Amino acid sequence: MKAFSALLDRLIFMPSRNGKLRLIADYFARTPDPDRGWALAALTGGLDFKGAKPAVVRALVEERVDPVLFRWSYDFVGDLAETLALIWPEEPGANRAPELNEVVSALLNAKRPEIPGLIAGWLDALDATDRWALLKLITGGLRVGVSARLAKTALAEFGGRPVADIEELWHGLEPPYGPLFAWLEGKGPRPLIDDRAAFRPLMLATPLDDQALESLRVEAYRYEWKWDGIRVQAVARQGARRLFSRTGDDIGRAFPELLEAMEFDAVLDGELLVARDGEVAPFNDLQQRLGRKTVTARMLADYPAHVRLYDILFERGEDLRALPFVARRERLEAWYAEARPQRMDLSELIRVSDVTALKGLRETARANSIEGLMLKRADSPYLSGRPKGPWYKWKRDALTLDTVLMYAQRGHGRRSSFYSDYTFGAWTEESELVPVGKAYSGFSDDELKRLDKWVRDNTVERFGPVRAVRPGLIVEVAFDAVHPSTRHKSGLAMRFPRVHRIRWDKPVEEADRVETLRAMVEGGAG
Amino acid sequence: MKPSAPHPETWLRVTGKGLYCVPGDFYVDPAWPVERAVVTHGHADHARPNNRKVLATPETLAIMTARYGEQAGGEHQALRYGERVVLGDVTVSFAPAGHVLGSAQAVLEWRGSRVVVSGDYKRRRDPTCAGFEPVACDVFITEATFGLPVFRHPPAEEEVGKLLRSRALFPERTHVVGVYALGKAQRLIRILREAGCDEPIYIHGALQGLCALYESLGVPLGELRPASAAAKAEMVGALVLAPPSAIADRWARRLHDPVTAMASGWMRVRQRAKQRGVELPLVVSDHADWDELTQTLEDVGAPEIWVTHGSEEALVHHARARGFRARALALVGRGEEEQEGAA
Ligand SMILES: [Zn+2]
Ligand SMILES: [Zn+2]
Repeated sequence: MKAFSALLDRLIFMPSRNGKLRLIADYFARTPDPDRGWALAALTGGLDFKGAKPAVVRALVEERVDPVLFRWSYDFVGDLAETLALIWPEEPGANRAPELNEVVSALLNAKRPEIPGLIAGWLDALDATDRWALLKLITGGLRVGVSARLAKTALAEFGGRPVADIEELWHGLEPPYGPLFAWLEGKGPRPLIDDRAAFRPLMLATPLDDQALESLRVEAYRYEWKWDGIRVQAVARQGARRLFSRTGDDIGRAFPELLEAMEFDAVLDGELLVARDGEVAPFNDLQQRLGRKTVTARMLADYPAHVRLYDILFERGEDLRALPFVARRERLEAWYAEARPQRMDLSELIRVSDVTALKGLRETARANSIEGLMLKRADSPYLSGRPKGPWYKWKRDALTLDTVLMYAQRGHGRRSSFYSDYTFGAWTEESELVPVGKAYSGFSDDELKRLDKWVRDNTVERFGPVRAVRPGLIVEVAFDAVHPSTRHKSGLAMRFPRVHRIRWDKPVEEADRVETLRAMVEGGAG
Repeated sequence: MKPSAPHPETWLRVTGKGLYCVPGDFYVDPAWPVERAVVTHGHADHARPNNRKVLATPETLAIMTARYGEQAGGEHQALRYGERVVLGDVTVSFAPAGHVLGSAQAVLEWRGSRVVVSGDYKRRRDPTCAGFEPVACDVFITEATFGLPVFRHPPAEEEVGKLLRSRALFPERTHVVGVYALGKAQRLIRILREAGCDEPIYIHGALQGLCALYESLGVPLGELRPASAAAKAEMVGALVLAPPSAIADRWARRLHDPVTAMASGWMRVRQRAKQRGVELPLVVSDHADWDELTQTLEDVGAPEIWVTHGSEEALVHHARARGFRARALALVGRGEEEQEGAA
């Protein structure tokens, strides 16, 4: 546990990517199995302990610490996990400090009522930094500024291999990854994975910037709509069927009708949508189907799932990824003509003669329920990750609205001392403000400091971590779309709202009305 | 305290200039120049310039002279630990406080009633100064810089170990540690030496005078070099100590891809460390942590506690729950050194 907590404690303060890579690679080199494998699982978000939630720990602390002192301490520290870790009354010589493997194994096997006792025993035996790391580990989400991709990159550096090699194997392996480490250290063979249903890392596009647009050789690319759903990979081989999200999560269980339709032997890349009679529904409809453990017949009927196919990676075990895009496209079309899978169709190629035509197409994107355009080089092989150049995405312009800041809430982690989560509103006919959305990104650190100060200076009421502010500041919010919603008082919900500009200068009376936002709902509904 | 002895409330008073002892006609650690001052230790929020008469330990007087020169005060009177002197009607003596070199608790006695003004203190081992000694009394005046139960300082030796491990992992980067010039700098250097680090340590100009003074008072610090005179190539992989304010300043440009460390008790709270842009926080403090504060109340055994200097409410709350009489004492001008990261 010591080595793991020391790693987290340094990562959270490490500003540079290279520094993080070195810290993680060094940890892998010094730490034995299976501890390092569990650490890798934690860093890549692959551990989930049910029943070990912050409230469990808080209850344990409240049994042991004066409530007044706890409250003052929490006010001072600002972060619950950190307060709990620091305030836990030490029991010198209580037990032996556990290794990471003991903690993980015990939690994976424990029955729910046993968990509080286990945690209390460990907390007694650990020092403050270890306790903090333990709480981060068991309550999920390390938040130490390391993405799964970065952790895998560090692993690749540790093993002297390209990160694509790791990605290729990744979804066929299980924590604590013993065979993977053995292979990377030259002590074992490349792990054999069940590649019948393995996830193949997706090829992602980079945003098209002005420079790339100006120098674009129009005839060298092929063009498609960027459909407004979620990217998926459909894998079917020798009886195994999987539907993976972009990050390799298996989401098949939520879409049984698609698994049923996968009566073929291929690995396909496409966009998951809700479509009725070939007509794509707004993203909001797809949202009804995401993240569900069980699917009712009603759901299946109301929100029928559909995959619009972009690419083919494997056909009957043959790896097509090295072929140029146009050749894969031919294979995809030929395969589709023969297989005719239910609930799937092809994403059409669009003819584009020049840049002017391309710009014109993008203008029409909003009207067509489409996120933008995809540009794929005709000769591009299917590469994992996000290589720059072969594929571009060109999103339509975001919508914007001038809103009034209404509430601000303290952030988490790095931002726990700042009011960084904002709720903003628009004016009604009766000149009242109703909340229309929340945003916690889109501003610089300097702007955050200024916003934080503005919130503190203009607070009219406090509710725990939330402050209500007087209507006095216009925030121009950008968002991708707006949908009708019963969960919001305004009856509307924005998709991906973020702060676009802070209008320190503009009087709040000039903020937009709810009607303006309602008029932006696609298809004029709502 | 004998039943007939006067309660300390009747002969000690908080004024705009600080804590005033009426029958002795002197102030303890006054915030403004006074006729007669008793000074517990050399930190700037306790030892002020331009008092007419100063009573302090010989080390504290030497520190004041080094810092203030001409303005160190008119008449200096040195009093060693354990010696006694009578001012007015009041007997004054000093007991070690374990905070920095020369730091003392002022023990004041009048007509059978005894008060200990502990100044700043800690209970941990410190190779640069004498350890804290509890003195029985009727009222114990304690600091509460780290007066919340989230503050528990790890052993300083472990924190120094973190620094040395980071140097092994990033051998080409300059490791610069923000330290307060009096006490923290010298203690950190001593612990580094004890850990076997015998290379030259580079120090900022603001640390030089006090390091030289510590050496002359019998605290060996090994080879120290002025950081400002070093060539840029020398800074590759070097260990540098500087005041916290210098690290974010232009001065720091001479450093080679620096790892910014800070040695302070405040580093315990990660958010604070992040806000200061610290990459390697070291939880090293010259102030008592929560456990030391609460243990000291028990060790001293005074029936009444006056709390100053930090999170007074929390320590008062705890002391009352433990059966002490306790109250907060609002003194002006305290805690400035902590803001500078000294704590
Ligand atoms: Zn001090
Ligand atoms: Zn002080």
